[in-house]
Amino acid sequence: MEQTIFYILAAVAVIATILAIGEKHPVHAILYLVTSLFSMAVIFYLLAAPLVAAFEVILYAGAIMVLFLFVIMMLDLGHPEQGLSPHWREWLPALLLSAVSIASLAAVIVSRHAASPFSAPPGLAIREVARRLFQEHGLAVELISLQLLFALVGALYLGKQPKKGNSK
Amino acid sequence: MIVPLEHILILAGLLFFLGMGGLLAWRANLIMMLVCIEVMLNAVMLVFVGGSARWGNADGQLFAIFIMALTSSEVSLALAMVVYLHRRKRTVDTDVFSEMKG
Repeated sequence: MEQTIFYILAAVAVIATILAIGEKHPVHAILYLVTSLFSMAVIFYLLAAPLVAAFEVILYAGAIMVLFLFVIMMLDLGHPEQGLSPHWREWLPALLLSAVSIASLAAVIVSRHAASPFSAPPGLAIREVARRLFQEHGLAVELISLQLLFALVGALYLGKQPKKGNSK
Repeated sequence: MIVPLEHILILAGLLFFLGMGGLLAWRANLIMMLVCIEVMLNAVMLVFVGGSARWGNADGQLFAIFIMALTSSEVSLALAMVVYLHRRKRTVDTDVFSEMKG
């Protein structure tokens, strides 16, 4: 049952990502990407990581994608479906490189022994995850908080309106 | 562990290379480049969570959460820079920003 759900969700994620990167309009691309992120969140939940699944929905789909939508709608890009979209000649090297990379990945995986399910290790409780996070990676948590603060200050500085008469 | 680790790696590799191909194809549009970077980072998170489920170790989930924090700060800075550049040249075309002083 869970295997079937995993494969369905994997197909949904891949198809939504293909539609997202092939879409000319950025808002439509973001909405396709939100679909992909929701299916990825359920995959994370199936892989016994409910905390990451919740953060994926709350932070990725809820905050980052909405930030993208705000910026795209604020910028007033005119008619983005007419300009800026890649010509078919620009897709060729990208498709070639992706095909070579995917083929090499497939070759590596096929050359290994056949995949087989194995006995599951016991699932991780959130208590265990939180203990590891705050006891052994406390310094990383502090660094992440500093990094978020720096990003906040930098975004405030970059988004500041220029003074009148000073701007070109 | 519901599916073998190889299948998770295949899914993550497909998503990563899709993001990479999109990044190469959309190299004229700043916003779509950022979207494709999101796809690639999401695939990396899937690898971390899959490894965490395979070996029963919590560190993979922690690194997925760290990647999420890194992504949020990166996206906020990059979008602020997109707004700044759009205010200067009224476009998000990367070919326009080909000079250091303008």
